[in-house]
Amino acid sequence: MAPIISIKGLEKTYDNGFQALKGVDLDIEEGEVIALLGPNGAGKSTLLNCLVGIANKTAGTVTVGGHDITRDFRKAREMIGLVPQEMSVEVFEKVINTVKFSRGLFGKPQDDARIERILKDLTLWDKKDNRIRELSGGMKRRVMIAKALSHEPRVLFLDEPTAGVDVELRKEMWEVMSELKKSGVTIILTTHYIEEAEAMADRVGVISKGELLLVEETDTLMKSLGKKVLEIELDSPATEVPPALAEKGVELSPSGKLVYTYDTAAEQTGITDILADIRSAGLRLADLSTKQSSLEDIFVDLVTQQKSEEEDAA
Amino acid sequence: MNFTAVAAIYKFEMARTFRSIFQSVVSPVVSTSLYFVVFGAAIGSRIETVEGIDYGAFIVPGLMMLQMLMQSVTNAALGIYFPKFTGTIYEVQSAPVSVIEIVLGYVGAAATKAMMIGLIILGTAALFVDLQIAHPLAMIAFMILTCISFALFGFIIGIWAGNFEQLNLIPMLVITPLVFLGGAFYSISMLPETWQTIALFNPVVYLVSGFRWSFFSMSDVSVGVSLLAIGLFLVICLGVITWIFKTGWKLRS
Repeated sequence: MAPIISIKGLEKTYDNGFQALKGVDLDIEEGEVIALLGPNGAGKSTLLNCLVGIANKTAGTVTVGGHDITRDFRKAREMIGLVPQEMSVEVFEKVINTVKFSRGLFGKPQDDARIERILKDLTLWDKKDNRIRELSGGMKRRVMIAKALSHEPRVLFLDEPTAGVDVELRKEMWEVMSELKKSGVTIILTTHYIEEAEAMADRVGVISKGELLLVEETDTLMKSLGKKVLEIELDSPATEVPPALAEKGVELSPSGKLVYTYDTAAEQTGITDILADIRSAGLRLADLSTKQSSLEDIFVDLVTQQKSEEEDAA
Repeated sequence: MNFTAVAAIYKFEMARTFRSIFQSVVSPVVSTSLYFVVFGAAIGSRIETVEGIDYGAFIVPGLMMLQMLMQSVTNAALGIYFPKFTGTIYEVQSAPVSVIEIVLGYVGAAATKAMMIGLIILGTAALFVDLQIAHPLAMIAFMILTCISFALFGFIIGIWAGNFEQLNLIPMLVITPLVFLGGAFYSISMLPETWQTIALFNPVVYLVSGFRWSFFSMSDVSVGVSLLAIGLFLVICLGVITWIFKTGWKLRS
């Protein structure tokens, strides 16, 4: 199946000379949730803005549902719903009117039943006649999502939906996203919260300094790049690491455990040797545990790698 | 052409007008009444007639022009500036709409409101003075042309403005003086000769003069020239707006 969004060589240089995107290539399949992960200023929002026409791209081609976003901008944009990062709502308007306005703006005929369903799905129906300024922050975010969904887009762009919101609201947003995902909408999510990408996305793309460093299935990424930590608890807390173990990179934790970090992708993890060394050192095991490193560690690794490569180049 | 989008913007903007219908209607009625008291009663008692027309009636076209210019400029400017200010402009930017549709929606709504207020002032004026309208169709045509041209002008200001002060700057500093010096309350022929020449550089002179002709069949400059001047202004504004959207000036990064 052809990808719903196809980005080739997308570049964006702002008037002040700042190059926000340096040739991004990315295909997005229909129905998937993809998270674009990157630090502030990495180019995540610029990427989304170029796709919907808020920013003009400098080079490259993008198609949405096979429609070129410049030549055939009407058809391309009709398929996209955008929820921007900033809280931007018509404060003096009633919820229902602002959602109806969005639908009309995207050229869709009035459909009260559909608007009702969208508002009910987002638990906004009770508030439909409230002025938006009377709503809580979470409700306002929902209104923005309702507006973005009002014209039945096939792709939803969520630009940092949980940036600067409290834990409660973040969970609420995650629930909303899960529901949307179930309904089959393709979602492109930008975030700098790794746990969000981990929890929500089928695939993760890592952006840093305008470059897409990698795109990978979330699970595969965790596995292939993931490091695991083996914690060995002895029957009495260790005070020093036996030399044979220290050579292999085993460290001592403050609580007296032996800690060994290994790469799951490596051919040999070295665990067998370590266990044998423990035995021959006459130590007795009380407990063993392993811990998968989080996407956060992977991410930090990638970005540091990019930095050191740049330094090497310079 | 996405007419649904035009209708959506137009309806949304008109709803904004009707939400504040009280201010929208009461304020022009009050200020018009004040003008009648000050100009009509105080000054009118000394001037009585201008070129055979009762002074009270003579100033009606000028008063309408003053309010319509102010209203079309400020409404169109605020209409596009407010979404820029609150950030909701993202939606219009990312919607499948072209320049023409955006302009039709915003400018159409602002011009409609200005037209409505013009007619309300006409109604209020009819309570104070005896009015005769020689060419009603021409009057309506002048109103439409003026409201649309100046709503376009306001739209440009709204896009240009970086803050609320700038938004009010042009209407306050440019429109008001031009109207007051443009023969809204007097005939250009009443000015000393040098000033008559200078006045001809004021575009509002042509508006007021043409508009007054539609009431009393008399004008400072010929009606054709008036129409030409409005038409020219309209074309310039359209040109600027096309350029703005082509380059994305102040709208797209």
